[in-house]
Amino acid sequence: MQPFEQIVTDYGPMVLRVCRAVVGPHDAEDAWSETFLSAMKAYPDLPSDANIEAWLVTIAHRKAIDVTRAAARRPAPVEEIPERPSDAGRPEDWDGDLWRALKALPTRQREAVAYHYLAGLPYKEIAAVSGGNTDAARRAAADGIKTLRRTYLRPAEQREVAR
Amino acid sequence: MMTAPDKERLFAALPTQDAPAMNRLRARLADDAQREGVLDVAYRTLDTPVGRILLAATDQGLVKVAFSVQDHDAVLRQLADRISPRILNAPGRLDETSRQLDEYFAGQRTRFELPLDWRLSKGFRREVLTHLRDIGYGHTESYAQVAAAAGSPRAVRAVGTACATNPLPLVVPCHRVVRSDGTAGGYAGGPDAKRTLLALEAA
Repeated sequence: MQPFEQIVTDYGPMVLRVCRAVVGPHDAEDAWSETFLSAMKAYPDLPSDANIEAWLVTIAHRKAIDVTRAAARRPAPVEEIPERPSDAGRPEDWDGDLWRALKALPTRQREAVAYHYLAGLPYKEIAAVSGGNTDAARRAAADGIKTLRRTYLRPAEQREVAR
Repeated sequence: MMTAPDKERLFAALPTQDAPAMNRLRARLADDAQREGVLDVAYRTLDTPVGRILLAATDQGLVKVAFSVQDHDAVLRQLADRISPRILNAPGRLDETSRQLDEYFAGQRTRFELPLDWRLSKGFRREVLTHLRDIGYGHTESYAQVAAAAGSPRAVRAVGTACATNPLPLVVPCHRVVRSDGTAGGYAGGPDAKRTLLALEAA
């Protein structure tokens, strides 16, 4: 079995992208931390042929729900999303416009987009993670992407033209 | 169907690698795992005059010291198989070990005072290694002398094996066991490392 450190190295960045896309910049690191602590506890019992991406995304999915609920209970959350997309090149300041567009999607679509395009899970696995069937997962991802292209990419292109 | 460049553009704002965030998250995971009692093995590397060494500890104490010629990745996989795969690069647990080793290599320490976890050594080999701690700094013994001291004067080859498989070199000083003709003999860290250590202690 691989040392857990290797799992963190190999999959940590992917799970961080998924967490950022699903719960946003403010709560992503809490979701990641909860996910990897939980994964580390269960790791010795993981079957050797397990699909590690799907296993981690399944845990991240549950933790994202917990973190989102906890955030909803917090009084008056401070909005830390930058007003304008960051051009400073600091990777921690990832584009607030993308999160605004993702946040506007129905949860199921946001998850399907993240699990398929960022984690690389097939729709069958996504259905197993978030419920529903394979077709519904495929539709949710397609609808989500369609909306993102309209609400996120188009305005960005318009800004390019306006400059 | 979305094309690959389109997808790249759509998520370009989400970095695929974010080193500062990952460093933060790794440190937090190490703390959380330690607090929750699931950090079964913590490790770090340390740069020394005998190369970069790997140090690993359980909650009982130092469990493994490995030279770079022993292939640190292979050593970590062995620890995963023999102890637990819940292993993290978590330097905090090895602060005191690192400090004492730094002092040793600076010539300011002649014995180690560290809790040791002996679980990777068993039976006669372990008896031999336990005896090695009685060979003082700057002294050497022959393989035959060690065999006699361990109560099995004919087990010279077994003493050699015990030294070669010592899970805790440096701290359990197998480098102080030399050939009867006075030459250094083999060493897990390579013959140069052994000569370096003997020269350090002779100075």
